[in-house]
Amino acid sequence: MSAAAADVATKVEKPPAIPHGWPRQRILGYALVCMWIAFLAGIAAYLIVAWNGELFAKYAPSYVTGLGVTLLLVAISIVLGAILSVPIAYARMSKNRFLSGLAYAYVYFFRGTPLLAQTFLVYYGVGSFRPQLDMIGLWGFFREAFNCAIFAFSLNTAAYQAEILRGAIESVPRGQWEGAASLGLHKLQTMWKIILPQALIVALRPYGNEIILMIKGSAIVAIITVYDLMGITKLTYSRTFDFQSYVWAAIIYLIIVETLRHAVEWIERRITIHLQR
Amino acid sequence: MQSVWTLLSWGPEGWLDDIAYGVFITVSLAAATLPLGLVIGFLVALAKQSNEPSLRLAGNIYTTIFRGLPELLTLFMIFYGAQIGIQQLMRLYDPTAAVEVNAFVSGMIALGVVFSSYASEVFLSAFRAIPKGQYEGGYSVGLSGWQTMRLVVLPQLVRIALPGLANLWLILLKDTALVSAIGLTDILRQAGVAARVTKHAFLFFGVAALIYLLLAIISSFGINAIERAVGRQQVQR
Repeated sequence: MSAAAADVATKVEKPPAIPHGWPRQRILGYALVCMWIAFLAGIAAYLIVAWNGELFAKYAPSYVTGLGVTLLLVAISIVLGAILSVPIAYARMSKNRFLSGLAYAYVYFFRGTPLLAQTFLVYYGVGSFRPQLDMIGLWGFFREAFNCAIFAFSLNTAAYQAEILRGAIESVPRGQWEGAASLGLHKLQTMWKIILPQALIVALRPYGNEIILMIKGSAIVAIITVYDLMGITKLTYSRTFDFQSYVWAAIIYLIIVETLRHAVEWIERRITIHLQR
Repeated sequence: MQSVWTLLSWGPEGWLDDIAYGVFITVSLAAATLPLGLVIGFLVALAKQSNEPSLRLAGNIYTTIFRGLPELLTLFMIFYGAQIGIQQLMRLYDPTAAVEVNAFVSGMIALGVVFSSYASEVFLSAFRAIPKGQYEGGYSVGLSGWQTMRLVVLPQLVRIALPGLANLWLILLKDTALVSAIGLTDILRQAGVAARVTKHAFLFFGVAALIYLLLAIISSFGINAIERAVGRQQVQR
């Protein structure tokens, strides 16, 4: 009796059949994929047709230096920003109203205004303080566009990294602090041995995203005459009016960003192995 | 030496009217980009959550490309690429044709594709947060696929996606600053002109930064109001 009922039930609740043949979605999907293939093949064909050995020999070395400048700029800014973000995150989490308010204002300003505006503010605005800077001997530093870019980018990424750090530390449950305190560890030990290892797992992906955002954002230094990858691209285009200069830059940027994204995913898989079931 | 207040006054002496025009351009560019980005982003998210692998692939290629390219590069490629492409097409009919692509429209398209590729991820995670039972419930009371989407899924989707989309709006507002590089007279460009003429660069770029900050603060008030309104609807049900 019950076996028969179960038999009926399985018959009734059979999932819908998988669509065969060519439903509308599949036609649309294949059409779109074909469009992408045609688009990418078109770009490849364009690069082959527009291939110019002379041009390549002339500009390829500067693309490599440009790439180096981009990576150097991002690396220095990220490291300086990481160092600067620690006191900011500390101030942001402190119980002192004044200190946390100050840190909040800093973070709000740098996250609320465009990176381009901040870079202009440093690069063009620093001239207004020339006498003061001359006095303390920093004028030579700020005369270089590259240094201005590093200054602006470090301050910017410090604000973002402080928020990442704060969010990650606050994501660790209070019980972890209390447990460590009950074992007699002092605050610094707790932070270093208990909290940070757990917080950094949470923070890894945002940090990766921040580096990717910096690499993409660093393209704007081309506007203040730094010859990074984008700057070299603009220069090449303005000299040759050959659109392939932009296509090459796009390919290089895409390769960097995709490599980084996959590297972060790989690291995340590695360091969360003990959390997977 | 002019005083700061003269420089920032309204009229031929000061620069406030020019900067106000820049604010108008910035805000209208962001406002024009938003619907474009939302619609494309929603369609791409639909493709990425479908059962059909080819649709998913097409959507993922779109996101990978436009999320990976620097916004400035996308902007330049669309601005110059469109110019060259349209010029080539026009040359087929009229060999002397010279085409000037509108900077506003290029900016709108470039920021729109970037916005949509991020928005599609927000919509996608919102789609995943809606249980399958909602679709099944919709079908079981006799709604069609489109009706289920419009009446059952979409109202919940908007609520879940709202914080992410609000974040993207703030990013969009900041990204509009890039269009000053292709000659659109937005806040930053007007501030740059004022800085060059008056030699008060720090003052004018500082004012520009504060205006962006003000726009962000106004936006977050608006976003809070929308979230409250949407949240109230949810309680009433």
